Amino acid sequence: MTISFEQSPSDPVVEFRNVSISFEQNHVLNDVSFRVFHGETCMILGPAGGGKSTLMKLANGLLRPDSGEIFIFGRALSSMTEQELYEMRAHVGMVFQESALFDSLSVRENVAYRLEEEHVPEAEIEERVVAALRFVELEQAIDKFPAELSGGMRRRVSIARAIISRPDLILYDSPTAGLDPITSTTIVDLVVKQRDVSQTTSLLITHRLQDAFTMATNRYNQESNQMEPLPAGETDSRVKFLVLHEGHIVFDGTTLELTHSTDPWLQAYLA
Amino acid sequence: MKLASPDTYAKRLVASVQDYALLAGQAIRNIFTRPFYSTDTIAQMDYIGVGSLPIVILTGFFTGCVLALQSATSLKEFGAIEMTGRLVTLSMVKELGPVLTGLMVSGRNASGMASELGSMKVTEQIDAMRALGTDPIRKLVTPRLIATVAMLFFLTILSDACGILGGSVVSIVLLKLNGSAFFHTGYMSLRYGDVIEGLTKPLFSGFIVATIGCYYGLRTTGGTRGVGKSTTQAVVASSVLIILCDFIVTQMMIDIFGR
Repeated sequence: MTISFEQSPSDPVVEFRNVSISFEQNHVLNDVSFRVFHGETCMILGPAGGGKSTLMKLANGLLRPDSGEIFIFGRALSSMTEQELYEMRAHVGMVFQESALFDSLSVRENVAYRLEEEHVPEAEIEERVVAALRFVELEQAIDKFPAELSGGMRRRVSIARAIISRPDLILYDSPTAGLDPITSTTIVDLVVKQRDVSQTTSLLITHRLQDAFTMATNRYNQESNQMEPLPAGETDSRVKFLVLHEGHIVFDGTTLELTHSTDPWLQAYLA
Repeated sequence: MKLASPDTYAKRLVASVQDYALLAGQAIRNIFTRPFYSTDTIAQMDYIGVGSLPIVILTGFFTGCVLALQSATSLKEFGAIEMTGRLVTLSMVKELGPVLTGLMVSGRNASGMASELGSMKVTEQIDAMRALGTDPIRKLVTPRLIATVAMLFFLTILSDACGILGGSVVSIVLLKLNGSAFFHTGYMSLRYGDVIEGLTKPLFSGFIVATIGCYYGLRTTGGTRGVGKSTTQAVVASSVLIILCDFIVTQMMIDIFGR
């Protein structure tokens, strides 16, 4: 039996309610609560080891919390069977920190993976794979294998794989981690493009504050096909910030609220 | 390195057995439900079955050769050297064929499965598979389970045949025994229960090789070092379990067939 993940636009797409998780004696997330609404981009910031990647895996049902409840598309993950979780994930795209491409498959097969699993006709698969790779400007690498690609190219293939099914929610786990500044900008450019072209709700982890603020202060111009800054002083109201520190949320709000925060730890972190 | 207390160690052991049982149960249940990954199953049959042919043939043949040499020396003392064919055939079909094939396939494939799945685990490919809506047990474990059980069955038959052939070559060429007598005594010694016993063992061994290899692969942590550790553990655990299972099945068959 298939289940419906349709919901009202006013309902949160992602909601964490008092979520805690620990591994052996290590408390990774403590009583975390937040909501992300339709069309919003939630930037997750914080020092390494603060539980950001764990939070992302919890949001996709790859991990189960020790306590608390997670709602995705209005459905509680704890009430879903494993089969229902797989159905839910068909509506969620995920970009992993190290790309996590299948190294025995070519770029074409990696990007087409989900469509192959859904038994989409071959002609349509080919068309959508080429379109997804064109979106990330990697059409020429279609027959290559992950080992033949640079780190930045692998991230772009990973983004193509995440967006090919036109998901309602995209989870980006540190898509710019370990990349040089120019490649990072290319990736941020793609994320902004995806956000503004498809209006997809997304959660994005980053260690680079400049990437986060670029997301908040730029938009994608579909006519000139490039990212451009918003007028001075303006920020994208759909971009929210969530700052995690040692498993706790220390900030949840807009770009302006973050920059005007008087919290000493936050000020030190942002400096 | 901090040592675990006995109760922590016991708890971990019980949890591991529970995880293994859940994985094996899920892998078996997937055989009877859709989707079924037939292409992956055939690819695994090729890799496990055809790929293991050289070691299985060579091991079987030379085991038969050694068995004929060793048994002839002892049988000669009792004036029963003509019984070499009977001893080689019975030993190969009932015991050595199934066990040695199981151990050979375990060494080659349990390690291969643990390292392949372990590498996928530490590079988040298993999580990516789940995130893309695919059940990794259905996609990775069930095809390997079916392929190993099916292929080990046929590889054992081949190993038995090669062992008897090896024994006959040594008996005829080195021991100057009558070839016809070798095969005749061998054939006449076999009973229905012996063949059933010899063909039941690889079913259990195949199950052990696939599930243990995949179990250790899927629980790998700690990067490339963890992959190496899982590979070693998979081979050790599957080899010990194959021998243990051989003992249990042998006792069961003696109870059923009386020999």
